[in-house]
Amino acid sequence: MKIMVAIKRVVDYAVKIRVKPDKTGVETNNVKMSMNPFCEIALEEALKIREAGLASEVVAVSMGPPQCVDTLRTGLAMGADRGIHVEATTGLYPLNVAKIFKRLVELENPGLIFLGKQAIDDDCNQTGQMVAGLLRWPQATFASKVMLDKEKQVATVEREVDGGLETLSLDLPAVITTDLRLNQPRYATLPNIMKAKSKVIKKYTPQELNVDIRSDLEVVQVTEPPKRKAGVIVSSVDELIDKLKNEAHVI
Amino acid sequence: MHRFLSISSKSNSLRRHQSSLSLYTHLFSPFNSANGSSYAHHHFYQNPTSQFGFHRFFYSGYSSLSRFYSNPTGFSFMKPPFRSFSSETDRESMEYDVLIVGAGPAGLSAGIRFKQLCRQNNVDLSVCVVEKGPEVGAHILSGNVFEPRALDELLPHWKQEEAPISVPVSSDKFWYLTKDRAVSLPSPFHNRGNYVISLSQLVRWMGMKAEELGVEIYPGFSASEVLYDTNNKVIGIGTNDMGIAKDGSKKDTFQRGVELRGRLTLLAEGCRGSLSEKIIKNYKLRELRPAQHQTYALGIKEVWEIDESKHKPGVVLHTLGWPLDHKTYGGSFLYHMKDRQIAIGLVVALNYHNPFLNPYEEFQKLKHHPAIKPLLEGGTVLQYGARTLNEGGFQSIPYPVFPGGAIIGCSAGFLNVPKIKGTHTAMKSGMLAAEAAFGVFNEGLNMETYWDTLQNSWVWEELHKARNYRPAFEYGLVPGMAISALEHYILKGRSPFTLKHGKPDHEATEVARLHSPIQYPKPDGILSFDVPTSLHRSNTNHEHDQPAHLRLRDPKIPELVNLPEYAGPESRYCPARVYEYVPDEKSQLKLQINAQNCLHCKACDIKDPRQNIGWTVPEGGGGPGYSVM
Repeated sequence: MKIMVAIKRVVDYAVKIRVKPDKTGVETNNVKMSMNPFCEIALEEALKIREAGLASEVVAVSMGPPQCVDTLRTGLAMGADRGIHVEATTGLYPLNVAKIFKRLVELENPGLIFLGKQAIDDDCNQTGQMVAGLLRWPQATFASKVMLDKEKQVATVEREVDGGLETLSLDLPAVITTDLRLNQPRYATLPNIMKAKSKVIKKYTPQELNVDIRSDLEVVQVTEPPKRKAGVIVSSVDELIDKLKNEAHVI
Repeated sequence: MHRFLSISSKSNSLRRHQSSLSLYTHLFSPFNSANGSSYAHHHFYQNPTSQFGFHRFFYSGYSSLSRFYSNPTGFSFMKPPFRSFSSETDRESMEYDVLIVGAGPAGLSAGIRFKQLCRQNNVDLSVCVVEKGPEVGAHILSGNVFEPRALDELLPHWKQEEAPISVPVSSDKFWYLTKDRAVSLPSPFHNRGNYVISLSQLVRWMGMKAEELGVEIYPGFSASEVLYDTNNKVIGIGTNDMGIAKDGSKKDTFQRGVELRGRLTLLAEGCRGSLSEKIIKNYKLRELRPAQHQTYALGIKEVWEIDESKHKPGVVLHTLGWPLDHKTYGGSFLYHMKDRQIAIGLVVALNYHNPFLNPYEEFQKLKHHPAIKPLLEGGTVLQYGARTLNEGGFQSIPYPVFPGGAIIGCSAGFLNVPKIKGTHTAMKSGMLAAEAAFGVFNEGLNMETYWDTLQNSWVWEELHKARNYRPAFEYGLVPGMAISALEHYILKGRSPFTLKHGKPDHEATEVARLHSPIQYPKPDGILSFDVPTSLHRSNTNHEHDQPAHLRLRDPKIPELVNLPEYAGPESRYCPARVYEYVPDEKSQLKLQINAQNCLHCKACDIKDPRQNIGWTVPEGGGGPGYSVM
């Protein structure tokens, strides 16, 4: 069984971001970029499944500018067998990504798809669900545990929901998006980085895949959240009630 | 969550790797210096337990380094704690011709120069650069007014190749500050022809150039130990094991470090490099020259984005005086870069006496000075960081060659203190070491050529001329300035004398009862900030579940000595608030080490009065994330 894992190149989680002066987006010039942490977890899970003998190949997929190849190489260094890079210079929104992914799935025929639950730059939390919808495949999102039964071709997934944990049983092929507690991604070791240099990354463009990437969404403005105002120390309960009533207007 | 690597796929070493990926069990034939060409493959193999594998490293070049094996001055170089042989045979091993530790200006210049020589001479030799930061440039912090002298020699077409060097210096100002005023003095600097740059960005560009030439760069891996062979010759380094928990146990993600072996190893770790210090001690490189001890300063810097109307690209300002007193050497800098950005910082020499001095707070004070404040108002801070720098100059340079390699850049200490520039000399030292290294492989010369060419280069001439400026300040600010003026205007570097440095920095701290605590104003959140806010701007992060990389040689000393006698100076000089004295359950103050905050500046390694704090390298990929520093 082949597993496809979606990987996104995002601003590194430790970087302090700031909004561009023209408010069209976040400053990404000269800023450290890395693999989305949830995508790391997705890749790690796919690798674990392959190492358990339940899958034959792990393919990492990334879409975006030419530098995505660096992120794919990191994925290959972690252990993915090969990579696919769909080069797109304009921004891709979740629906575009899902449509491209569907096309790649038709070409590759995987038995399982892993994605991170959301990307830390846009926090959309949509791509996995849209992929499943377009493919009409079962989906389990926010996975915190994944167990595969190869013979029955069933995946049992525990997901984290607001009320606790929910366990779902999915017929394969299926789409799973990963949450934080699923696993701890492995380090890419130096020898593996070296080996990754010779692994194959196939390149596509959206035109070659016959996918229309015009978007229905347009980002109008990006601004920083308003600065937190300093708190006030009140001297008595009466003063508190007075302030809540007359200043904050909440009671 | 952990760091990830940016690996350039443009590297043409990819071609070579594809052919050398098969596991070799034989060793290639010993290097033949006569025919001048050799093919050194790098390959991975499980570390052979046979001894003969190391004889091929032992070629004629080293017999003249007899000073390391005999006992001319009474020093014995073979004493423990040498590791006679790498006993960790369970690690994978990777071999290179040249191994460089640190992807800074010196390390990358060495890599680039070496590969250029390989190309010119049609020789294929491998170069590996290993870097502890998460990406090239992430741990680079510097003023920086750049003198392009070395870059002009290394990559003469840097302008066409779009090096991030675009702001020429337009004016050179020098002020003496008092609490309320700024007095303009004649500028001792001659920065015409120099550029205001972000060294972090330049190094990133140099990394790209190096990879284009075939240098393999691996960010995210820390060199934590030196590897020796049975003859106590350096044969490479070992990277840190990753995935060890705070208590020392192995986590699920545990990965054993690897051995990176080089026929030659160049240490380019920057100021107070952890491995370089060990090597200098082991081989007694200071005594060999002989050199004085190294002296240091701590530089704390911020990059601001200011109002367009106030920004004048190329303006260079240096100040002396306030907020530092007459007994404390140091000063501030303010450089206008491009894109409305300015670099502002304070440099404090670490031989200050008052244990209550807090360099970070002094920097915050500086920003409120009436001559500086207006510039910053309305602006935002983009990044913050700190790093120590060498001030020892000529007198403190150790003998930089050791069996198996050499030390380049600030790890040896080539910073020109009166010019406040160390980048160009670091780069040149890297280039000279690369040329010497190439001579070793290509012509059977030995690494001592590096020492010879260094002494015949403009680096030496420059540092020799500059040697008395800093030591003159041992006598105080005014005598220091007087002697500096003498040196600069009258003697013009031809002084017959060489002044000596005072006490080592850690010995200069006086006991707390001789001084009184300094009251620093609270940060206002607009011009001055508290440490956590500043730290957040440095993009510092470490995997928190790892053993603290700051090691106390004696865990009792902080509470027995540092706190009662010196009032815990580490809680003040550390620009990242790593060291805090907090009351425990019995309300006794105990030292708490917040290793995760560490900016890798090395101030604690330098300034701790009993030298009890040892800075060791944490898991690779951690530390600050500078991009415009």
